Amino acid sequence: MRLVVVGTGMAGARVVSDVRARSRDIRVTVFGAETWQPYNRVLLSNVLAGTATPDNVRLHDQAWYAEHGVTAVLGTEVTAIDRDCRTVLTADGRREPYDVLVLATGSEPFVPPIPGAELGLPFRTLGDCEKIIQAAGRARRAVVVGGGLLGIEAARGLAGRGLPVTLLHLAGHLMERQLDAEAGLVLGETLTALGVEVRTGAEVTAITEAGVEVTGGLVEGDLVVLACGVRPVVGLAREAGLHVERGVVVDDEMRTDDPAIFAIGECAQHDGQVYGLVAPCWEQAAIVADLITGADTAARYRGSRLVTRLKARSVELAAMGETHLTEDDAEIVRFSHRRTGTYRKLVIRDGRLVGAILVGESAAVGTLTQLYDRGVPLPGDRASLIFPGLAAAAPVADSPVRMPDSAKVCRCNNVTKGQVRACWEEGARDLAAVAAATRATTGCGGCADAVAGIVGWLCEQEEINA
Amino acid sequence: MKRPESTIGRMPVSLPAAPPVMSRLPVGAATHCPYCALQCGMNVTPDGITPRDDIPANAGGLCQKGWTAGELLASPHRLTTPLLHGEPVGWDEALDFVAARLGSIQREHGRDAVAVFGGGGLTNEKAYQLGKFARVALRTSQIDYNGRFCMSSAAAASNRAFGLDRGLPFPITDLARADVVLLAGGNVAETMPPFVRHFNKAGRLIVADPRVTATAKLAGLHLQLTPGTDLALALGLLHIAIADGYADLAYLAERVTGFEAVRDSVAAWWPERVERVTGVPVARMREAAHALGTARRAVILTARGAEQHAKGTDTATAFINLALALGLPGREGSGYGCVTGQGNGQGGREHGQKADQLPGYRRIDDPAARAHVAGVWGVDPADLPGPGRSAYELLDALGTPSGPKAMLLFGSNPVVSAPRSRHIAERLAALDLLVVSDLVRSETAELATVVLPTTQWAEEAGTLTNLEGRVLLRRQAVAPPSGVRSDLSVLASLAGRLGHVFSDDPRTVFDELRRASAGGPADYAGITYERIAAETGVFWPCPDEDHPGTPRPFLDRFATPDGRARMIPVEHRPPAEDVDGDYPIYLTTGRVLAHYQSGAQTRRIGPLNQAAPGAFVEMHPDLAERIGVASGDRVRVVGRRGSTEAPARVSPDIRPDTVFMPFHWEGVNRLTNPALDPVSRMPEFKVCAVRVEGAAS
Repeated sequence: MRLVVVGTGMAGARVVSDVRARSRDIRVTVFGAETWQPYNRVLLSNVLAGTATPDNVRLHDQAWYAEHGVTAVLGTEVTAIDRDCRTVLTADGRREPYDVLVLATGSEPFVPPIPGAELGLPFRTLGDCEKIIQAAGRARRAVVVGGGLLGIEAARGLAGRGLPVTLLHLAGHLMERQLDAEAGLVLGETLTALGVEVRTGAEVTAITEAGVEVTGGLVEGDLVVLACGVRPVVGLAREAGLHVERGVVVDDEMRTDDPAIFAIGECAQHDGQVYGLVAPCWEQAAIVADLITGADTAARYRGSRLVTRLKARSVELAAMGETHLTEDDAEIVRFSHRRTGTYRKLVIRDGRLVGAILVGESAAVGTLTQLYDRGVPLPGDRASLIFPGLAAAAPVADSPVRMPDSAKVCRCNNVTKGQVRACWEEGARDLAAVAAATRATTGCGGCADAVAGIVGWLCEQEEINA
Repeated sequence: MKRPESTIGRMPVSLPAAPPVMSRLPVGAATHCPYCALQCGMNVTPDGITPRDDIPANAGGLCQKGWTAGELLASPHRLTTPLLHGEPVGWDEALDFVAARLGSIQREHGRDAVAVFGGGGLTNEKAYQLGKFARVALRTSQIDYNGRFCMSSAAAASNRAFGLDRGLPFPITDLARADVVLLAGGNVAETMPPFVRHFNKAGRLIVADPRVTATAKLAGLHLQLTPGTDLALALGLLHIAIADGYADLAYLAERVTGFEAVRDSVAAWWPERVERVTGVPVARMREAAHALGTARRAVILTARGAEQHAKGTDTATAFINLALALGLPGREGSGYGCVTGQGNGQGGREHGQKADQLPGYRRIDDPAARAHVAGVWGVDPADLPGPGRSAYELLDALGTPSGPKAMLLFGSNPVVSAPRSRHIAERLAALDLLVVSDLVRSETAELATVVLPTTQWAEEAGTLTNLEGRVLLRRQAVAPPSGVRSDLSVLASLAGRLGHVFSDDPRTVFDELRRASAGGPADYAGITYERIAAETGVFWPCPDEDHPGTPRPFLDRFATPDGRARMIPVEHRPPAEDVDGDYPIYLTTGRVLAHYQSGAQTRRIGPLNQAAPGAFVEMHPDLAERIGVASGDRVRVVGRRGSTEAPARVSPDIRPDTVFMPFHWEGVNRLTNPALDPVSRMPEFKVCAVRVEGAAS
């Protein structure tokens, strides 16, 4: 079988490795328009912030492709699909026949149709990232247009490089798709404290050499980064006559209306949804690999549970599921403490977690993500969900006075306070004597202070009573 | 006031006087504990047991298991006569019967119709002799041992990374100098308490465990991960370490190959993704990576919690990759190690009771190794069998048309300890002949055609190699009860009946082991009983008697052909059996302080039984509330392979999606998953899917 993959982004690279993990027999050719070796787009914000180098974000290098018997054609754009001949055509005139074609063409940044838009730097590819980093070295002041996930990560990254940054956002609060208004507010305040000036409700009308014009004036800046969302790249599919709406329409097998052609990742539209996060892309890639290798012919994609994690130093944010439901539709648990940058909200339906927002550091995030992913029943005590450790903080009998006689003092030798007391009453008046008689402290040695404390307390009591 | 009962004071057991059998050695009863791989030094005298101060591993400490070990020497549970079909018989009758049956079964069904199963608690001499007995006297390829269930994943990972598997490739006392120790899937405060004495009090301990164990409570940082996700955690920590610039590039360039491929592979494991898989918050992972990355000296340790998985070898590899990226292995005071569990878990995996192995940690498929060992044994290399089945595969094949019809079993109790244990009990029952050598009537001995009563620790001499790779001397302190013989004597008697001459003297066997191991990775050639006694242990490799032994084998080079350590990319994957709607809870297993292994010994010791009288199901209050049970209520744990019951122990010290059961009692292993690691053939003991429900009491 001949498999051709168009796209070496997160989805394209993934489906290639997933296919190879399941079968060595399929002939695989992969085309990438970018000359860069495939990289992990999720980590571009870290590169921008300087917390990762391009080296840290590589996916496959040429050696990987060679070792795994994959033909990788990088820097070559696929310009057409000849569905009758089952062949793809490239800009440099190459024709590559396929039995199965996987489109993983991804998405491209949306550039708002405003005057001077070309003066802004989009933030999408590793190449974009390098341009922004270079420009940041010369710039005095940066403006980021777009207060979604990527815009916030870019703003935080630039602020971390020491630039004053203004973040402009059209909606009334940041990340309005994932966050409610208060969470957006708390997030904005956290960013402000890190050197990012946040302006919401800001409609950008033009970009000039001086900065960004918004309704109500000019926001000065000599580096303008555009993070206004993305659009699926569907031109190739559309020209080939495939069914395209917002993305390339696929069924539960991730197949387009041509059964020999699959689409995955940010260019695909499944059940009305176009996904922009990596987890769904990878789930889709696994389904396609299962199907075309025959590893699991019953594999079907049923949509993904979305968890958004902001990757920005000193800004902890997680949002998942249906965060916009209100008390009318769901059970809501909420805690807010703006002064510490903390906001926690749980959305619960039928006793299960269907959505959550966590702003500010919280040990709960791992647990809540898993509860959301698994859709399992929640415990009755909702407070402990947002304050983990609350239930575990049982009263500790830390003083020898309050400790009951049955309390185990030495785990290694199974010695209770009562036994220490008994041996003291037999005449053991110091730690060594108690250890010799009870073997307490002779295992890990960790209870030495506790035993000494009990002996000391007993001696004190004796003096008081004497 | 009444004096508290028998756990207090001197050991209440009177011991038989020690006979002068060790006349060629310094007379004394300075020996080692019978149980775990720490091999605490202890003096056994007619007055009782006291800890030795001269053995670094325990530095004068003992846990309750050690203090009470003497009780089994004079226990009414002790077997003192061979049993044939459950009836007492004389030794000659028993051995004649066994030899005759072995002969007839092999004549009818071929040599591989007889299998041998060993244990990680056997001395080096016994492990060696067992392997030789299988290959020379029986000429069967069907030999393996319970260490496959224990150390095999870490061993496989160390071998492929370092070219050598020595649990700790440094003295345990090095830990005291480490600023940071990361322990993945280990609970030493419970399993080998004196180990804890070695942690640097001013340093930082990081523990990865689904439970807030006694060890996790000592830790400055606890990563309470989802069962079966240790591999993802290791990948995430390495991702952060590289991204944050903690990779030791000079070290990597000089001493390691494969870093680039591993770096690229962990690019896909960014912390937020790992958080979703493991449940460990990103901030905690960053804290751990930062602590390791900035420490002057750091040690990364893995234990069974991370290793007993169908991906255990890759998990250990991922932690080794982390250690290598940070430049730890082969640096004095730093490194990677695995915490070996069984008493002779290290030596037991070196001298040929493993299916693919010959003495000295040689491979049985290596022609040079076969030639060397065949020379020592005086046989034709072509007559040595090849590799056989791994432990679970061997047990699973017993009594099947293509599997063995007879098994000789030493130092193991698979009815309690094997995964899917009911099935394994059925396989054992399907044998034409099962011979069990043990000191008590274990659950497996109950199924045996022939039971042979054997000597135990203080009644015999031999060597054990502890978790550091330090070869230690077990000395005879007391005479065995009459009617009891050593495993070496049993093997010599059977070999004699099969036409071979085997020694039953530990020292003679050890001297032969030294020759057989000479030139192998685990080279014991220069180690003598006298040296061990004089030096309180000798580290292997020790190629000749003038060689000082090797406390830290990787300081100058790794044991690979080019001297460099290998980094190998590995990928996380979910447990072989993940939770679902029918079985929504993870089951994990482990030890409690008062018991050892299948409990055959420790359950027969009064104070230990008092301290921990039975199995239990540890569960979080949230789960207890959901299924409507309270602490002490009987609950049933149901999985795809079986079910078991035990009282609930409700505790916030465990994840709400997980229950824990100790494995020292028959029951929990009915549920555990025999899915095997593709490299080490380790079963997935540490995670399977179950449901938990109230049981009628």
